[in-house]
Amino acid sequence: MELFVVSLLNGLVYGMLLFMLASGLTLIFSMMGVLNFAHASAYMLGAYIAYTLSLYVGFWIALLIAPIICGLIGAAIEMWGLRRVHKNGHIAELLLTFGLALIIEKGVQMTWGLMAVPYRIPNGLDFPLFDLWGTQFPAYRAFMLLISALMFVSIWLGLTRTRIGLVIQAALTHPDMVGALGHNVPRIFTLVFAAGTALAGLAGVIGGNYRVTEPGMAFSMGPIVFVVVVFGGLGSLTGCFIASILMGLIQTFAVVFDYSLADLLAMVGFVVTKATPGSEFLMVTMPRIAALLPFILLVAILVLRPRGLMGTRDT
Amino acid sequence: MRFARTILSAAAAGIMALAMPVAPAQAQETIKILYTDPLTGPFAQVGDQNLKQFNYMIDYVNSRGGALGRKFELIPVDNKSQPSDALIALKRATDQNIPFIMQCSGSNIAAALIEGVEKHNARNPDNRIIYLNCGAVAPELTNDKCSFWHFRFDNHVAQKAEVMARALPADVKKVYLLNQDYLFGQSVQRDVTAFIKKLRPDIQIVGDELIPLGKIQDFSPYITKIKASGAQALLTGNWGPDMTLLIKAGMDAGIDVNFYTFYAHLGGGATAIGPAGDGKVRSIMAFSENHAPDIKNAEAEAWTKSFREKHNFDFYGAALRLVFDSVQAGIIKANSLDPTKIAFAMEGAKIKDVLGYETHMRAADHQIVQTYYVGSFKKGAKYDAEGTGLGWVVENVVPAADLDQPNTCKMKRPS
Amino acid sequence: MSAHANAFTAMPAPSFLRRHGIWFLMLALMLVLPWLFYDHDRGRHSGFVITLLSEMALMSVFALSYNMLLGQAGLLSFGHAVLFGIGAYFVAHTLNWIKATGIFIPVELMPLVGGLGGLVCGVIAGYVATKQRATAFAMITMGIGELLTAAALMFMTFFGGEGGITTDRVVDTSVFGIAYTKPIQVYYLLVAWAMIAALLLYLQTQTPLGRMANASRDNFERTQFVGYDPRVIRYWQFILAGFFAGIAGGMYCLVYEIVTFDTLAAVKSANALLAAYIGGAVGFIGPIMGAVLVVGMQSGISLYSSAWLLYLGVIFILMVMYAPGGLLGLFANHIPIARTGRLGELFVPYLRVIIPTLVMSLGFILFVELVIHHTINAAQGKKFGILGMRPDPGSTLIWIVAIVGMIAGALWLRQAGRGFMTKWSALIEDAKTKGIMS
Repeated sequence: MELFVVSLLNGLVYGMLLFMLASGLTLIFSMMGVLNFAHASAYMLGAYIAYTLSLYVGFWIALLIAPIICGLIGAAIEMWGLRRVHKNGHIAELLLTFGLALIIEKGVQMTWGLMAVPYRIPNGLDFPLFDLWGTQFPAYRAFMLLISALMFVSIWLGLTRTRIGLVIQAALTHPDMVGALGHNVPRIFTLVFAAGTALAGLAGVIGGNYRVTEPGMAFSMGPIVFVVVVFGGLGSLTGCFIASILMGLIQTFAVVFDYSLADLLAMVGFVVTKATPGSEFLMVTMPRIAALLPFILLVAILVLRPRGLMGTRDT
Repeated sequence: MRFARTILSAAAAGIMALAMPVAPAQAQETIKILYTDPLTGPFAQVGDQNLKQFNYMIDYVNSRGGALGRKFELIPVDNKSQPSDALIALKRATDQNIPFIMQCSGSNIAAALIEGVEKHNARNPDNRIIYLNCGAVAPELTNDKCSFWHFRFDNHVAQKAEVMARALPADVKKVYLLNQDYLFGQSVQRDVTAFIKKLRPDIQIVGDELIPLGKIQDFSPYITKIKASGAQALLTGNWGPDMTLLIKAGMDAGIDVNFYTFYAHLGGGATAIGPAGDGKVRSIMAFSENHAPDIKNAEAEAWTKSFREKHNFDFYGAALRLVFDSVQAGIIKANSLDPTKIAFAMEGAKIKDVLGYETHMRAADHQIVQTYYVGSFKKGAKYDAEGTGLGWVVENVVPAADLDQPNTCKMKRPS
Repeated sequence: MSAHANAFTAMPAPSFLRRHGIWFLMLALMLVLPWLFYDHDRGRHSGFVITLLSEMALMSVFALSYNMLLGQAGLLSFGHAVLFGIGAYFVAHTLNWIKATGIFIPVELMPLVGGLGGLVCGVIAGYVATKQRATAFAMITMGIGELLTAAALMFMTFFGGEGGITTDRVVDTSVFGIAYTKPIQVYYLLVAWAMIAALLLYLQTQTPLGRMANASRDNFERTQFVGYDPRVIRYWQFILAGFFAGIAGGMYCLVYEIVTFDTLAAVKSANALLAAYIGGAVGFIGPIMGAVLVVGMQSGISLYSSAWLLYLGVIFILMVMYAPGGLLGLFANHIPIARTGRLGELFVPYLRVIIPTLVMSLGFILFVELVIHHTINAAQGKKFGILGMRPDPGSTLIWIVAIVGMIAGALWLRQAGRGFMTKWSALIEDAKTKGIMS
């Protein structure tokens, strides 16, 4: 019971961090069809900018300003980069963001050095919130949950209650029609791209001091975010939310269950020893492949149901 | 199609430009050592910090006269963590008859280099090269895969595992193992288990995990399991984010477990652990800047202190000056720059390390046997780590003689 | 219409040599290049150059196989290295098997063994991947790539874990009696295989499958209407691409004699993508040019500057934005003008454009190198050098030179570019009126 509750909480926190990152990418991908490789780079930039700002003006102001800076960078990328290559097709846009990811990573190394930077949790939040059967639950994690929940609510309100939000919702599922109806689609694209990048930056501000802020962080977070976006489905933010939580929980709980295919076979009476062909593969336990389950799920869902969980269009 | 032709000629010109020699001609010939490690890409900080430390060490050796009237020179070549690029670096070295190639990071790259050097030396007896291994610690490299031309200057995993088993205090009865799921991590798992069984049969291993390399973003579920197991100590060979995230998760959850690591003292570790780790994290290390004052070795302390002032980070790799000291001694003893003679002179050598303890480069497998330490991350150390205010205080000293483990090397020697 | 017909009937069909001369030239170049770097003092070839050329040869085959998917079928794959790596592992195990049992399989046929490995992998992986197209296909290939890279680290028997599988190409089973102890011998074998592979790949583009792959790239729905199942087309194309990728993997194994998990990893796939795209995914010779450039930058430029990845990224972005046809596309754009015979008129405008480009590029490179020197290199003990000179990196003057060079060059380029585009448009118009270009 204790293990279950603690794992549930941990899985939720991790899932919400994934959602913070993936929500921006879902918006961008659904509307513009651009698989933004530089999204995880925006996450990294958010963390680094927040680190530098927090040295001068403190964490709380950095929390406000860093995402805005990331958003402005995103707007610049969209206006001067993506818009120009839009006519060359989706592959060209994807490759542009790929090249940008390379440049941003090198730029970060050049500016802040190759080592991890000491971006720390602010003192005001660095205490255990409550005790769960002896394991502490840090206040900062509760803070992360709070911010991501606030983010989800504000996105949802923004999309459903404002006028521009309604246009964006329409463009999420029927981008061509929206253009045909006379809305300024390029400006909407820029806005959405900037917003998505700002969200990634915010995730970086929050996540960077929870984990380690170093130049390889974009490289390590990138693939899992893609998995979440595709799994959740195109055109659906709720799908993205569910997928993030699901991925977080799956990865957390998989660690807890120490079973392998060999154990499964043993239940039906087939004993696997070192001499059995393929024994190496059969004896692999769940925790060892916990981090790979998302990719297995990705391949499975793309083959069986390419819309993703709640997508409105095919990927 | 003349445009494609133009491009091809441009490519030819480009290749010609690239094939220029690595270093400009020196007024006086130096003894070159080609050093290859990742200098770009996700692991660039490893090569970068090593380079700074090695250049400082070469200055020291050169100030003591170099060897045979010549100075040493380090030629860095990036290998981007790819074995194929390391082999290309090897070709660059052999093209210019450079007698030494040095590498520290990555047992997969080391395996490629050992094979590459063996084959090259067998096929080109007039242009041989010695491979100085400064940090790839999979035991296989001086057992099944051993080679006459390979010299390893860091204790390997089995030796480190023995140090770790010896370091566990008497009151620890339950330990948990967590390692990365590849050759190195599996070696750590195997060797630590074996040494605990041998040296501390009273200890029960309550958990044993393998995690996929570099993929886990959130270690809290593992911390939950560790806590549920009742372990008093967590033993891990993890490095990089796998180590820092694990320790951070442990600190956050406030579990009452002591961490025993192989690599927490390397660059980035102290920053990631932070002041919350006071007294909770230990590392198996070849050197600690705080040990010189302990044994009152003023010369060593002055040497490491001036590095710290010059470069503003800890001199955690200082023990590797042994590489350059050994090469210098080997050349002087062989009185020649012929790699075959130098290799014969280097094996079996007994040289004092930076702190004055004697080391032994075994002739049987070309594995160094050196004194090792268990350092604890604590407040009140004379030299702190990465400006955190806490430093690595040496708690145990395991003498070299205790680490002279058996080996299965069947070395083929040249005539 | 008559002008159009005249232009076509008036031109004689190009001779065999004119059409295919480029291949003979390339073959000659590949055979001769190692000898340009022969070290006469020491009486041997430069091992570095030969390895670099061998890498270019096998990367070319790899990039061409990648282009079967990208350029010809319009499929973007992020996991192509899997097919390459499995081929390499197959060859490594086969060589070890030959050494252990003494069975006679010619060393010369090793790339074919690699091809078979890639083929088998293509059949299995392709079945899953080609169920979808476009972005879904890309994501599936990414997932497969990540899974196999992780598996290679975990499992020892086939993949050898982190250490990989080492092998020895000197197994005395040569049909020609060559020992392959010297890199130059391996290089010539690789050249032969590269030519064979390139020929087969070229012939494949002329087959009905190749043509239908182009069709399904251009117009997916129409292909279905015509009666072909795009899924079958994709599947076959994937399998054949796997065959050729496996050949490249076999070549890799012969050169390096060790196969590790990085042959399967995302970085390798990215290399193929960069090579095919920068060179030009539209033509056949494009990926070859791209492979030469990428290998040159990775293993060559990286020796002189640690910012090589930044430069590669910048080149890549510039290509994506201004030259989506790649290098080949850039050159192919000149063909209509060349046919009018007025290519020479571009000489002066080009000069007017190249000089500011050089100024801007040098300013940029100087700026980047200065920053890197101050943040990373100085502490590493490297000295600052550019183009053979060693200016003082601390002086303000050099910073001013760099920044002014960048900005002034950019502004000058903008102005000269306008003049260039005017001239270019005029020439294109001329070509159109002459009926050479529609």
